[in-house]
This record gives sequence, C-alpha cells and structure tokens, in this order.
Amino acid sequence: MTDTLTPVLTAGWADERSWTLDAHVRRGGYAALDKAFAMGPDAVIAAVKDSGLRGRGGAGFPTGMKWSFIPQDNPNPKYLVVNADESEPGTCKDIPLMMASPHTLVEGVILSSFAIRAHTAFIYIRGEVLHVIRRVQAAVAEAYAAGHLGRDIHGSGYDLDVVVHAGAGAYICGEETALLEGLEGRRGQPRLRPPFPAVAGLYASPTVINNVESISSVPSIIAHGPEWFAGMGTEKSKGFGIFSLSGHVQRPGQYEAPLGITLRELIDLAGGIRQKSDGQRHELKFWTPGGSSTPLLTAEHLDVPLDFEGVGAAGSMLGTRALQIFDETVCVVRAVLRWTEFYKHESCGKCTPCREGTWWLVQTLARLEKGQGTEADLDLLLDQCDNILGRSFCALGDGATSPISSSIQHFREEYLAHLTHGGCPFDPAAATAWADRTVGANA
Amino acid sequence: MTLQQDRTGQDVDRTDLVSLTIDGVQVSVPKDTLVIRAAEQVGIQIPRFCDHPLLAPVGACRQCLVDVPDAGNGRGFPKPQASCTLPVAEGMVVSTQATSEVADKAQQGVMEFLLINHPLDCPVCDKGGECPLQNQALSNGRGESRFAASGGVKRTYPKPINISAQVLLDRERCVLCARCTRFSEQIAGDPFIALVERGALQQVGIYEKEPFESYFSGNTIQICPVGALTSAEYRFRSRPFDLVSTPAVAEHDACGSAIRVDHRRGKVMRRLAGNDPEVNEEWITDKDRFAFHYAQQADRLTYPQVRDTDGSLRPASWTEAFAVAARGLAEAGAVGVLPGGRLTAEDAYAYSMFARVALGTNDVDFRARPLSAEEADFLASEVVLTGPWDGAVTYADLEAARTVVLVGLEPEDEAGAIFLRLRKASGRGTRVLAVAPFSSRGLRKMNGTLVPAVPGAEAEVIESLADRAEHGIGADTVVLVGERLATSPGALTAAAALARRTGARLAWVPRRAGDRGAVEAGCLPTLLPGGRPVADAAARVDAATTWGVRSLPEAPGRDADQIVAALVSGELGGVVVGGVDPDDTADPAATRAALRAARFVVALEVRETDVTREADVVFPVAPVSDKAGTFITWEGRPRPFEAVFTNPGSLPDLRVLAGIAEELAVLGRGRPLGFRTVADVRARMEELGGWDGERPRPAADPLRPSSLGAEGMALATWKQMLDLGSMQDGDAALRATARMPVARVSAATYDVTGPTVTVTGDRGSVTLPAEITDDLVDGVVWVPANSFGDGVLAGLASPGSRVSVKGAGA
Repeated sequence: MTDTLTPVLTAGWADERSWTLDAHVRRGGYAALDKAFAMGPDAVIAAVKDSGLRGRGGAGFPTGMKWSFIPQDNPNPKYLVVNADESEPGTCKDIPLMMASPHTLVEGVILSSFAIRAHTAFIYIRGEVLHVIRRVQAAVAEAYAAGHLGRDIHGSGYDLDVVVHAGAGAYICGEETALLEGLEGRRGQPRLRPPFPAVAGLYASPTVINNVESISSVPSIIAHGPEWFAGMGTEKSKGFGIFSLSGHVQRPGQYEAPLGITLRELIDLAGGIRQKSDGQRHELKFWTPGGSSTPLLTAEHLDVPLDFEGVGAAGSMLGTRALQIFDETVCVVRAVLRWTEFYKHESCGKCTPCREGTWWLVQTLARLEKGQGTEADLDLLLDQCDNILGRSFCALGDGATSPISSSIQHFREEYLAHLTHGGCPFDPAAATAWADRTVGANA
Repeated sequence: MTLQQDRTGQDVDRTDLVSLTIDGVQVSVPKDTLVIRAAEQVGIQIPRFCDHPLLAPVGACRQCLVDVPDAGNGRGFPKPQASCTLPVAEGMVVSTQATSEVADKAQQGVMEFLLINHPLDCPVCDKGGECPLQNQALSNGRGESRFAASGGVKRTYPKPINISAQVLLDRERCVLCARCTRFSEQIAGDPFIALVERGALQQVGIYEKEPFESYFSGNTIQICPVGALTSAEYRFRSRPFDLVSTPAVAEHDACGSAIRVDHRRGKVMRRLAGNDPEVNEEWITDKDRFAFHYAQQADRLTYPQVRDTDGSLRPASWTEAFAVAARGLAEAGAVGVLPGGRLTAEDAYAYSMFARVALGTNDVDFRARPLSAEEADFLASEVVLTGPWDGAVTYADLEAARTVVLVGLEPEDEAGAIFLRLRKASGRGTRVLAVAPFSSRGLRKMNGTLVPAVPGAEAEVIESLADRAEHGIGADTVVLVGERLATSPGALTAAAALARRTGARLAWVPRRAGDRGAVEAGCLPTLLPGGRPVADAAARVDAATTWGVRSLPEAPGRDADQIVAALVSGELGGVVVGGVDPDDTADPAATRAALRAARFVVALEVRETDVTREADVVFPVAPVSDKAGTFITWEGRPRPFEAVFTNPGSLPDLRVLAGIAEELAVLGRGRPLGFRTVADVRARMEELGGWDGERPRPAADPLRPSSLGAEGMALATWKQMLDLGSMQDGDAALRATARMPVARVSAATYDVTGPTVTVTGDRGSVTLPAEITDDLVDGVVWVPANSFGDGVLAGLASPGSRVSVKGAGA
C-alpha cells in the first residue's frame, strides 16, 4: 500500500476478531466518550462543524450544521437515527464497516447523540443483511454490558439507549423520511417536507438522520481534533472516505482515502483494470462515481478529483463513492436496463412520475436492447427522463434517470448499434469473471 | 370545492393577506393558502388528482406542477413545484401551464405517465363523462399515446374486487391518488382501506378480515377522480350525461345534509353529497347516499283506498276518499292526530292546523317514539324558535367550541354530519365528553372521554358535570342532548339548568328529519305553530286571527301516549296517522291495540304498513322526492328543497289534509284550511311568523323514580345508522354493510354468560352474540334498537327498564 491511503475507519478491519469490543478498545475505542463528555454537547457539535465533515450517505450535507438545526427548546425528545439501509446498486461501504468494526459506529452514535442531546438512538439496518444486523446487535449488547450505553454512561450522568431496527427490504427506506415511516411501523414512503426531520421527524420529534459512515467518522474527529480531520481532503470536501471499487479491476474492495483522490490513483491501488488471459489489460469504458443513481462517467474523467465539487463539475455526483468499473466488454445498454429494472422494482409507488415512468422506461430500454425500435426512441427515452427528473416526490425517480441520460450522452452510438445490429452486439459472457478461461484452460 | 376557503378568507384580517402573482395576475389570499387554491381565485384551474380541499395535502400525483420563478425571496425554484403542497409567500411569482412551457410540459408528462397503466376504458366506465382523469387528459394531455405507439404493455388486474358489500374496486383504473384512503383515515376515522404493495403494483387494499365497513364509505366513491371505486348500487346503471341533477336535502336524519339527486325518466339513479360548508361540507352518510329505493318498492301506495262493506280495502277516487274520511272522522267523535317525525315543515304545519281548525283539538303529537311531558316542556321553553339567526348552536360552533358534551346522543349512529364535524373539531383541540353507558366506537374516533351513566340516571350525571373542573364546562361549551333523553326523567331539565348555570350553550338533536320542523309547526299538544303556547290566551288569539277562526281549543291536548290510551279506552274515537310505525312507539302493542280499537282510522302513507292495513281510509302521500318542502335541522336552520319529480298522483300530506278539511267543513265541522299547495303553506307560515310573546317557563324538575334495587340489568339501546329501518328497504348492498347486531356486556357478565346471550325483558327476549365492552357501566346491557326482529320496543323492553341477561345455553 502506498501512503495515498488514510485508513481510519478501516484501520482495524484486518485485526483478529476486529468486530469485538476488545479489539475496538485495543485500538483506543470508546476513549473519545470521556473527552466528549468533558467538552459538553455544544463543543462536540462545534468540533464536527469545524472538521468540515459532510454527510457520507451521498448528499454531502454538512453534518455539524445538520445537528445545529435541532431546536433545543422543543419539549419533545430528540432522536438520532442512523441510516444503515445501504441498498444502492454498487454501494458497499457501510455493510463491511458494520461487519468489521461495529463498535466504531456505536461509539459514533453515543458521541452524536450526546451532541444533539438525544437519549434514544436508532440504527436502521437494511433487512436483507441479517448477518450485519446480528453483528451490530451483538456490539450494542457488548457496549451496554461494558457501561458504554444505558444509564449514567461512564459516570457522566448521560443516558442513552440504542435500538437496532431491521428494515423490511425496500430501497426507498434509504430515503430519510421513508426510513422514519418504516421505523414508526408504517409503509416506507417518503414524507412531505416541510416539516423537516430536524423539526418534526421520528414520532414528530426533532430528529437527526445520518449515514453510518458519517457517524462512524465522529469518534476520530473527537479523538484527533477537527484540524486533523480538516487537514485531509480538499477545500470544501474535507476528510477521508471509503471508496468502494467493484467490477473490472484486479483487486476490488474498500479503499479509504482523502476526498479528492482520482479514479486513476484508485485503479492503480486496485491493481489496474482487469487483465486478459494473455496479460494484456482491458480498457476502462465507463464507471459510476457514487452508485447507479449518479450519472456515469467515462475514461476521460479518470483525473477528476473525487470530491463533491469535482465530480459535480464533471456532470455527476460524488454520491456514496461506489465506484463500479466497467471495461469495454460491457454493453452499456444492458447495464442501464438492469439498473432501470431495479428502480422499477424499488419505486415505492407514491408519486406518478417514478411509479409509472420506471414502468415505461424498462419497456422502452428492453426493446432497444433487443434491437427493436428506432432512433426516435432515444429521444423518447430522454423525454421520459425529462418528465421524471425533478418532477418526482423524492430523489429515487431522479436517480432512475441518471444512468439513462448519461449513457445516451456518452454512448449514443452504442444504442444505435443495437438497432443496426438487430440486437446486442456484445457477448455478455465476455464481461464475466470467467470470460477469458476457455474450457481447456479450466481442465 | 373552494367555497370554504372563500368563507374563511372573508373572515381573515386584511393584514394577514399575502400578495403574489399568478400568470401575471396579482392576487391577495390569506396566509398559508396553497398556490393551487390561490390560482382558483384568479380563475386558473391547475389540473390535480390527489389534491382535495378537505384532505391534508400529500403531493403524490404531481399533476399540479407549476413553475415558480420567484419564491418571494428573489430566487426561484430550480424544479417545477407541486402547487397543492406549496403555501403562498409574499411577492411569490407563479407560472402555471397557461404561461409556462416548463409547467405545461411537466403536467403533460405526468398526465402521459398516469395514462400508461390506465385501461382507457372510458366507454364502459361508470365515471366516463364526469371523470376528472378524462377531462384533464383532454385539457392537459396529448391526443395520441406514445406508450401504445411504442408497444407498451399495461399492468392489468382481474376486475373488480369487492372492498365491501357496497364498494367495488377496479384496480387498473386507479391512479393511486390516495384520496379514498386519506378520507377514511382523516375524515371518517375508519382506516379499513390502505395502499398496499409498491411501484406500479401499488393498490388499494383491505385487511382480509376487515372489509371496508364504514358509515361514510360512499364518499370515497364520490371523491375518486377516476372510475376505480364504484358502488354496487350504481355500477353500470346509467351514464352521467343521461342524468338530470336536482339539489335536495337528505331525509334520513336531522342534519339537513345537502345532497344531489341524479335521476332519469322519473327514477332516482343515485344520490351524491352536495357541497354546503355550513352544514355537511362535502360529506354525507351512506344512508343518505344509498337509501332511496324505499320509495320505489312494490308496496308503494299509488291510489287512495277506502274500507269496503266486506271489510277489505278497495281503490277509491280522491274525491270519494276525502268525503269518506271526513264523514268517518265526523262520526267517530273526538279525534287525535299522530303525524310522525318525517314530515316537511309545511306538512307538519298542515297537521297542526288540521287538528286545531278542522278537528278542534290539541290532541296532536309528532313524537312517534318514547316521549315525556318533560320533553314537551323542554321543547317549548328551550328549543322552539331558536336558530342560527339568533345565536343558536350551529355546526361551525361545534368546531369552535372548547368542549362538546353529548348526552343521550350517539352522533355516529344518529347524526352523521355532526359526527364528522365533531371528529374534525376533536383533531383541532375540541374536547368531546359523552354521558353514556360506554365508550362507543364513534366516541373513541372523536378521541372523546366517557362520563359513565346508567340509562335513566343521566340527570344526576349532568348535574355533577359542572362540579368537575377537569370537564371545563363553561361559556365555550356546547351541550348536545339527543331525543332519547326524553325517557330519562329529569335529564332534559338538568341539561337546561346546567346551561343556565355555566353559560354553556344547548342544542337538542332529534333523530328524524321532520322532528324539529314539527316542533316549530306546533305538532305538540301544548304548542301552536311558531312556538305559541296553547296555555297562553294571547297566543291562541294570535293564531286564531291568522287562521280566521273565532277561537282555538284552550285545553292542552293529549300527547301521543295519551292519544293511544284514549283510543283504547274509547275517549277518542278517531285518529289521523301520518308516517308512524307502531314498533317505533313507546308501547307498540298498545299502539296496535289503539288502531284496532279506534272507530275510524285515516292513514297517510307512502307505502303499505301495519297502519294502512288497519285504516278505514288510506291516502297515498308523496315521498320527499315528489314534493317541495323544508326540513329544519337540529340547529333550527331551514333547509328548503324543491320537488325532484312532478308526479300528479303523489300529493303531499298537506294537500290531503286540506281535502279532508274541506269535506269536514261541508259537514259543518271546522273550516277549510285555506291552502292546497306547498307554496300556499309557505306563505301562510310566513304570515303567521314566530311568537314574540313570553316563552313558557321551564317546568319544575319532575320526580325521578329510583330504580335502585331493581332486579336485572338496565337496558341501554339506540338505533344504529344502518339497521332494519323501512327507509333502508330495497338496498341489500347497503344493509350488508351494517354492523352486526351484538349485545354489549361487561367482561364480568361475559364470564358468566359466555359468547351468546339471551336478553329477556317484559315484552320478549332476544338472543345475540355477546361482545365485551371494557368500560360499560356496571349493571347495564346494550343492544341495537332496530337490528333484529321487530326491534327492542316491540320485542324486548322499554329503554332504561330492567332486563335479565343469561348465557344462551343456560
């Protein structure tokens, strides 16, 4: 490893039984609590503000500012809700984090709850990942047993209860207000805003909702100070983040680095684009900077700094730093259709553009993939996207249009090739992990 | 749809107005007004589906997107905004589809999406011709479907499914606006329907064991902006453009709900809620909506009949029937009049005048139900001649009150529009207290508090209300007393005293549409029309002068129970009966005996009944659809309506009474009434006016018999909204949505009796499933009054009396 990487959250992942309380404490875990209790809640909020930490769930909203929106004169209880409903195609950072070091999250929950004066915190974990739910539950139980949770934590007089909640399996519940609906026992559908969760969130009480990685970053900020954190990253996107490389690289995985690193550097760290059997390398064709809802980019964007501003300037979004790497063997139409099928399946049904639009997009794309239709169907697709983007109730509909419009922008010719070829000109097997193995080589 | 907004707007202080510009037109509206509603003020209709002015905004359908280049802070919204969720702001600039290409394209896009999974089966859809989706697709959509042109495949479902016996759902037509589910949750409080599944497969669903049984379910059909919800009653019956619509007033309770009667070729096809913000807003009960077939039944009387020499009834001409009736009444001796509680005010006036002028008696009483002298005094001293014009309690007052006390009244069953208004009020901070034997479902839905009372002992509880500070009885309290309180000695007197002592305002809520009008018209033994006390000589002179007679009978008349007793004893020889069902009266057996004992019975009825079968002359009278008239609401608000149908063979009661009176005058008894039409009567009533003399003083507190120590349990009962009432005849789907009759017992009783109980009173017994009611007062059993057999009065016991409750197996 080169020193481009800044392992903080991931530092202990390779430790023996890293998920245990012992392993966490050996690395100094839970030490930040006493420091924070001595500082007081407002100082903790100030430290997080000063660190420049921005939400790691995709939108990049300054975390400290979000906390300061909680009206402390509101007589209702305050709640912290951790959004661990990681479901975006390509995004795979929170789940390994919770598997490898759940106590980092729990410690962050305690610090963050203390800062916003919450005495109950909820960790809403995606229902499909039962192993993760069990691991976080075990960590919470350990933390209770060790006196890090419950009454009078570390003798500070501060009380906190943490509830680990299992979702029922819906992508929409990653949307924070739909998550709150789910947490309250209702169907996961986004709520009308205002009121915003900071004012009337969970049980109509002031609520902070943060991503797992954001909350997990707080212990290090308290332990090392906001200047330490702000010393990493770029001017407006400070600190570090987990970059999840998947797809056609030699060593897919989690790479924790300062914001502003480029894909070129990350691909180098990951051993380059995957090799063919003859030792030659495939070529990067397209990639998503932050999951399938962020417009895809191409090889010409290899040197775009991966921070909120840099990726925005390139016409996409940093999102969750879910870098899905596709080489030239991949049919972009096929990839986009699969994503669109996902959005159709996950649309909650509340608003018309997303519910009906995704239904139609899939049909139009499926015909194009089969080589049916005309070039005019591309304009139809773009017009459908135009009628969904910014017209939907929440960002799910917007996200569904991103892969379609960006792929037509960058790969219009490839769509047309399907029409002239009378179907997909690609060999789908060529994109698979076993593509270059012949039957003979296997033997 | 926006009338209410207008009205509240008028009351708002000018300084609270917010000015904005919509499509270049400046408009000032009260703050918090939504842009979609502000646009209506300047005549701009923004298309919409999920938006409804009486439901909380949801922003789901996205049809009402508009462009907002300036949100009032100099900055615009980057994306089109849903105008149904966006409140106005000072200086805001809004461009709708009329002036903005962005807004127009956004709306066209949403409309196109809405139609891709819609079957476009307008030619076979009940909503076709009056469908917001159809209309707005034409005004704000494209003519050709790009989805169909590109080979799109629609989502389909088997159709339709029953979500209740009455309401059917065609899922593929649904645009998922959630109006129906929001109505059920927010307005009716019956959240038995909900959206289930997700994406394009999202649909309205019910829980398998709980169908959509709500007294207000029909409203969801009316507010459905597509043809997804239909009623079993109207489905496939007619096309909207074949219907003639006539505004009317619902006849099933004293709420005076505005309705719209849609009819075709002399037949009512359906009824819809009218829009009257001061009364029923846009909602009506399922009874008001679906129960109209009673007038189209095979037993409808269509011609007069007289008793033949062989004892059978034979058809007769109107003139013969008038003559026979007059001769019979003249020969019968003293005659009593039982008009019933379903009359229009004009018909009630005719009965009142007929008794006094043609028959020369005060023996007239509209109360075809258990009654008391205390009640008549209460009506004369506290109720008659009050109305919204002089500060009487109105629907709006219910909303504004801090506390509303219900005594002897179960609004969800007995006055649906009051229930909905109170439920709305309770969501905004009004406290509802019910003096009742248990917390009904309606009370729980109003978030109300039970003040427990054994039936018959309400008076003491009412007296103690003001002593309990937590009840907060004061000038901002409204006390609603139901007609059932007549059977609870001292209760009405106590309620009036409570109001006087605390400054609380009092209103009497009868069950039937004609009850209040009959009070005003003087269909009581102690009251002449316009609240004139019979006992007051000046009042008698006043009425006599207007009626052109020398004098009126001085002695107070017999009430309905006394008329029955006098017929049995022979003191009275004849009786004129309007819409009275013997089984509704205090003693059904006695009433039947009285009809048999009477020397001469004249019946005025819509359909053949036990009374017409006993009568010597039967006159067919018009149901409300065939006549003009006025119902007076519980508030005292006149609700005039015109005839839906012109039916020459279907005359109002007043015309029949005028005919008999003319024949009686020929025989030398009384004098003609001097009117023949509804318009005539209205003019006479206007001429007579209200009594401006002294009101009768409240009567002394009557004796309260103590039932302590009596054996058995006290019988609590009232009529459920949907039951075996004859005015619900002919609509099986409606009746199927009625609540199952149960006997409500305490857990302790249930432990003894088990799941089926036999309740036995002095008039019979009934076996019903038992249901545990947690807060039921000790020693009380509740059964529905008219949901089995001949009803409680005929087949069980008198309300409040003692009954025995045993396990059915025992």
